[in-house]
Amino acid sequence: MKRMIALLALLVLLLAGCAPAAGAPAAALLTLDTGVSPEAWARVPAGPFLMGQHEHEMLVDYDYEVMVTPVTNAQYARYLNEALAKGTVKIADGWVVGHYDGDPFSNHRHEKEIAAGDWPQFPLANEDARLTFDGQAFAVRPGYEMHPVTMVTWFGAKGYSDFYGYRLPTEVEWEKAARGTDGRAYPWGAEIAGHNANYSGSGDPFERNVGKLGNTTPVGFYNGKTYDGYATVNSPSPYGLYDMAGNVWEWTADVNPGAHYRFMRGGSRADYGFDLRVWTRNNAEPHYASPSVGFRCVRTVTK
Amino acid sequence: MRALTRRLAFLFRSTEGLVLTAIAAIALTTAIWSTLSGPLAEWGIGGVVARLLGMRLLAAEREGRIIMLYHTIAMAVVAIEVYLITDLIPMKDQWRPMINGTITVGYIMSLVFGLLFAYFGRNWAFHGLFLFGQSLVFFSGLMLTVALWPWQKEYRVKDPDYAHGPGGLDLERLALFAMAVATLGSALFGAVPGSYLGNGFETFMAENVVREPFKTPLQLAVIGHLHIMLTLIAVAALLIIGRWFDFRGRLHKIAMPLLIIGTVIITIGVWMVVPTEELAHFIIYGGSVFVLLPGALLVGFGWNKLITQGTAAQGKTNLVQKLRALLADPLRFGALWQMVYMNFVVTFVGLFMAARLDKVIRVWPAREERIELTGHWHVLSAIIATIILLYYADRAGLKGRARQWFGWLVIVGSDLAFAGVALFETKRLYVSEAAQQPLVTWTQLAMDAGLAVLMVTLAALMVWRLVDLFRSNGRWAKELSGAEQEVSQ
Repeated sequence: MKRMIALLALLVLLLAGCAPAAGAPAAALLTLDTGVSPEAWARVPAGPFLMGQHEHEMLVDYDYEVMVTPVTNAQYARYLNEALAKGTVKIADGWVVGHYDGDPFSNHRHEKEIAAGDWPQFPLANEDARLTFDGQAFAVRPGYEMHPVTMVTWFGAKGYSDFYGYRLPTEVEWEKAARGTDGRAYPWGAEIAGHNANYSGSGDPFERNVGKLGNTTPVGFYNGKTYDGYATVNSPSPYGLYDMAGNVWEWTADVNPGAHYRFMRGGSRADYGFDLRVWTRNNAEPHYASPSVGFRCVRTVTK
Repeated sequence: MRALTRRLAFLFRSTEGLVLTAIAAIALTTAIWSTLSGPLAEWGIGGVVARLLGMRLLAAEREGRIIMLYHTIAMAVVAIEVYLITDLIPMKDQWRPMINGTITVGYIMSLVFGLLFAYFGRNWAFHGLFLFGQSLVFFSGLMLTVALWPWQKEYRVKDPDYAHGPGGLDLERLALFAMAVATLGSALFGAVPGSYLGNGFETFMAENVVREPFKTPLQLAVIGHLHIMLTLIAVAALLIIGRWFDFRGRLHKIAMPLLIIGTVIITIGVWMVVPTEELAHFIIYGGSVFVLLPGALLVGFGWNKLITQGTAAQGKTNLVQKLRALLADPLRFGALWQMVYMNFVVTFVGLFMAARLDKVIRVWPAREERIELTGHWHVLSAIIATIILLYYADRAGLKGRARQWFGWLVIVGSDLAFAGVALFETKRLYVSEAAQQPLVTWTQLAMDAGLAVLMVTLAALMVWRLVDLFRSNGRWAKELSGAEQEVSQ
């Protein structure tokens, strides 16, 4: 019995030695410019495509443009400063808040009312956020300028989109932009490998430093370049969009009857590879904020 | 030739051989398919295994593949329980070979052709054979139900120490009968909507649709089906372990009526999920209490028995001596301990989820809720498996030091893994997403290490029995002759 206890204790000690040491990502990796511009837009032409895991044909009968990358911290800090100056948003109870017109409410089972009023967009002084606020203006934590903005609620994503005259993509628009018309499972093709995207256990350089859940990667990271000895595979969607799978979940626009949840697409750095399939959905309450959730915008093409 | 036929007779005609074959089939399937997920997949082993075996793993077919895998393993588990029931419960002699033979062909067909269809190209002939195998399992269940018919005169209770009803009706037999009928109905409850509404072409995982505000009848039936089947497998395991301990006396008389009522209520509740979801939940909660209490009573009875037997020769005993007696046999102690532990890692977590659904769980993103749901029922499945495994190890004749090592490694390994899962699935209660890495690292380590210990221990048991098969007069020969003597009597 004593020998058994001693062996078990030894086993526990050995296992304890297996835990990876946590640390900060290398500064050079954090701050790098991938060469993919977050200001760029890509056009998605009108036409049918195969939607969902079971490939039901869906028609989008208009052209639209999508941001090539998710909105970055630098872009979002600029928005908050401009919106604060204009009075579109204000500071209340430790949050940036802005007006939302409210959802239709049918008192369905588990449905919560999202009434008209001021709703939280972005947290202040939150250790998970990459933006800081000194009482006057927002700034990006050094090194995270080119990373996707996170800790932004659905209201915050909508607020940004509305402010610049854009909008959040519907789920249909998002999925078509991610997979094109050939029914592929991932933006770049049929299969996923570690060097295609940022997901849990993908082996990206950030995971080496902070553990399996890793960190966000700068937008456009998976563009075929080699960073600090780590070779990526160029993995855009058929329309040239980057980060449509992995890195951060992206809020979509749809408000669904009977539910107050908002849906997200694309999977994140903290999810397994199969959650990056283009039809995979996640959802949360619209005031939910997470270090793994961001967004990108679409705009209607007028000519 | 005779040596081969004798061994085949052991593997496919004796209870010990049939159980061993089914456990070996599950162990082999688990060993291969576990490489496709978790750390082994991350280390690239899954990819190598898939290439070596020629698996075709299309991304869009993942859910369908996993559903087939669950069903193939579940059929083998059901077969093990049926073998043990036909061995432990008196019934007419002709039923045993008919029931066991039918379910053996059924689960093996399900397992082989189900996996071939799901993982090695979509050959629809294999799918048909998979369904035929499942139909045989169902048919054997029908025969079992007839064999268990509790109102036959010869099965009236003769010893008043066992739970009985009017005219000596054997309430334990009635509980088994209720479980068997409920299982057949619940199998149809999944199969009929699945065939009629889903037709197998548009698969989905239950945990991915729980937040749909307007669920289809198929979605409701699938969610109900998986819950009730697992519950009924647990009820069957409870009754089997009760026989092992010769559950009797006052607690038995309280437990059996509760179990019968609970089984009936919970089953009806689940079937009502499709027409009236909200009311159905209240009925299910009520039925759950009735099903959980007999488990607690069996644990009380069994542990008291272990202590009483273990200290019988010692006269007046103190707490330490009682504790030693309780822990002396890890197989018997462990089977009941796992039932207690189940409450910490499954029941209490589930109750918390239900009670705080809108206030806590549904405030988290859907992926967190999915982790909680899948963790919840994976642990329940695995804990039932360990209970059956501990019982089988006893029947297989593990003795002395090997019995101690096997028992404690199964308990410690599995409980470490289950604790890891419970902490992992509820992590959002005590750590933010940004700060979760250390907790995730440690809980995943606990899960992986615990499961590795469990799998290696199981492998050792299987190797021991495999080696035994190569001995001309091994344990298998004794078990076979024992089975043959029973038949001849």
